[in-house]
Amino acid sequence: MRIQRLARYAALGLAAGTVAFMVIWVLFIGRGTNFGSAVHNPKDFLITLLNGITAAALYFVVASGFTLIFGLMRVVNMAHGAFFLLGGYIALTLQRRWVGQGGGFGLTSEQVNLTNWILPALIGAALVGLVGVAMQQTLLRWNQGQELRQALITIAISIIAADQMLAHFGGVAEDVAWPHKLDQFDNLHVSGIIYTRTRLFILALALVIGALLWVWLKRTRIGMVIRAGVDDRQMVSGLGINIQLTFAIAFFVGSALAGFGGVIGGSFASLAPGVDGNWLLNSLVVVIIGGMGSLGGAAVGSLLLGLTTNFASAYLPSNYTYYSIIFTFVLLAIVLAVRPLGLFGRPA
Amino acid sequence: MSWRVTPDRVVGVGALGVAVLAPLLFSTYWVSTLLTETLFLGIVAASLVFLSAYGGMVSLAQVALYGITGFVLGNVVTNGNTKGLNLGWNPWLGVGLGIAIATTVALLLGALSSRSTGIYFLMITLTYGVIANLFFGQVTDFSGFGGISGIDAPAGIGPVTGHPNRLYYVALGVSVAVYALLRYIVRTPFGLALQGVRDDPVRMSSLGYNVMLHRTLAFGFAGFIASLGGVLFVWWNGHIDPASIDLGATIDVLIIAVIGGLTRVEGAWLGAFLYVLMLNYLPSITFLGSIGITQDRFHTLIGIVFLVIILVSPNGLIGLWERTLKLVGSSRFGRPAVEAPGGGTDV
Repeated sequence: MRIQRLARYAALGLAAGTVAFMVIWVLFIGRGTNFGSAVHNPKDFLITLLNGITAAALYFVVASGFTLIFGLMRVVNMAHGAFFLLGGYIALTLQRRWVGQGGGFGLTSEQVNLTNWILPALIGAALVGLVGVAMQQTLLRWNQGQELRQALITIAISIIAADQMLAHFGGVAEDVAWPHKLDQFDNLHVSGIIYTRTRLFILALALVIGALLWVWLKRTRIGMVIRAGVDDRQMVSGLGINIQLTFAIAFFVGSALAGFGGVIGGSFASLAPGVDGNWLLNSLVVVIIGGMGSLGGAAVGSLLLGLTTNFASAYLPSNYTYYSIIFTFVLLAIVLAVRPLGLFGRPA
Repeated sequence: MSWRVTPDRVVGVGALGVAVLAPLLFSTYWVSTLLTETLFLGIVAASLVFLSAYGGMVSLAQVALYGITGFVLGNVVTNGNTKGLNLGWNPWLGVGLGIAIATTVALLLGALSSRSTGIYFLMITLTYGVIANLFFGQVTDFSGFGGISGIDAPAGIGPVTGHPNRLYYVALGVSVAVYALLRYIVRTPFGLALQGVRDDPVRMSSLGYNVMLHRTLAFGFAGFIASLGGVLFVWWNGHIDPASIDLGATIDVLIIAVIGGLTRVEGAWLGAFLYVLMLNYLPSITFLGSIGITQDRFHTLIGIVFLVIILVSPNGLIGLWERTLKLVGSSRFGRPAVEAPGGGTDV
């Protein structure tokens, strides 16, 4: 046992040392990097910081749905990435049907007004929510408690969905057009930074969604039932509450968040086969870091992942930028070594 | 221990006999493509089934570990004209190094995830797999998107095109050795303790067993088995790229393990054989073509098959086989030999 304790201290020390070195490197050394250290070049440091936070905003929108479903039902929805992609494709189809096909590269933001983005986004999210509920009711409901079997079922769904989306939407990367009003640049009046409004919009959306989820879970009756269900599912249904209805609602909201994230992601980056896998990975990393089933954990996990990926690719020496993926792994390793259930995780 | 004739053993010995005589019975295409692929995919899936059945850990990192072996081998043995380090060393040195590195990585990853089980373990190992895939896709020093080509098997075994049977027999020998090793390991004190850890980690811990160490060693050992499959894969394919270990490939091996059955190691090769058969022959069935399922939609089909297996028989085909034997019950082989290893992973 003493060896285990020593190993634990060693892991803690190594983790703290790694983090300290990375912070000092970015702030003061930064040798051979594209920007130089933060003290030499505060502007690019601040831009990287903003990029990290806005990326985290999108991670949070997607991962909060994942963690909501897991927290209540212990279902690891491996089809979450496929739902993300589906939401994006539905919005893309609707937008093109209403506005037109646009030029050779699809629609440009000049042709799109605010309604032409928001309506497809909401409809896409709602439809994906319904797909999620349908999956839960037909395939998962009667396997409740068999966690691994449920995960395998959602993997099967994700394979079928990914292949069908490839058949219907093709293998070429496409993107949803932002409305013209958002596709602008804003002068932040800090170090002369001119920043894209869409990223700020994503951040605002994430804050609104986070606040709504918080109010919903902490201040409403359904939220109370959900939190009670997380702690003791049988007791809640024993009190005469229709827990199955609550499950369906939570699955709807969780899937819809994936779909809505897909619309944002499809506008911000693009929609293509393989994107679903990347977003499944992002959601998994966020909840493993933050702790499964915790909304606050999802927020912290998103922030850590967003900052890590952005700072790693910006502040590695320029010949080694492509090693940035290692830092996602380092982040995961540090958290697992120190807190195996994630920063805010609780034993089931 | 008396050697009783049981249905399991009759089928097993029969299958081994057919496998040994395969080059006489089947066409070269069957032996060099379908059966060789079955064998190395079976080895990788067997490492997954071993962890699941005896350690209670369903790992989705096995394909990444097999890929790491393949990439190390490719970097070490190739000599110019391709991506990677092009060290041009002796092929056997490459094999040794590839297996050693993959096993070391497996031990490290195992130690990192050894406090997690069940669904958490599945998620953590999945992230390992995806990160390994992205690593080899992005780091052009070792591979990059296009991968490493022109990796030849050593002179005694390859080239595969000239001597299709040699690699087949190597793969068969390795498969039999892996199977025997797995059967042996689970009866050693380590294997028994591992099964104890699977069933009740708290009790094993209070009996003085180091639960995390057992899980770590089991994961390292499974990584070693997977790396053997990786060597055979690269010799067979001559090429490895990040797509060989992407999410799809990871899930394919999971499908193989689930089709066979996550409770018994034999199922891995059975699942691999069926998977390879489906991959090659299902799309050519005209009925399926007429309802829109062609070669391109193979993954829809395999997804549906996978879904049906999970819903109908959670323990895969081995589970069906065991249930059939139970139903037959009073067969002339006497008592049905259902030799399931205790609880297994609760699917």
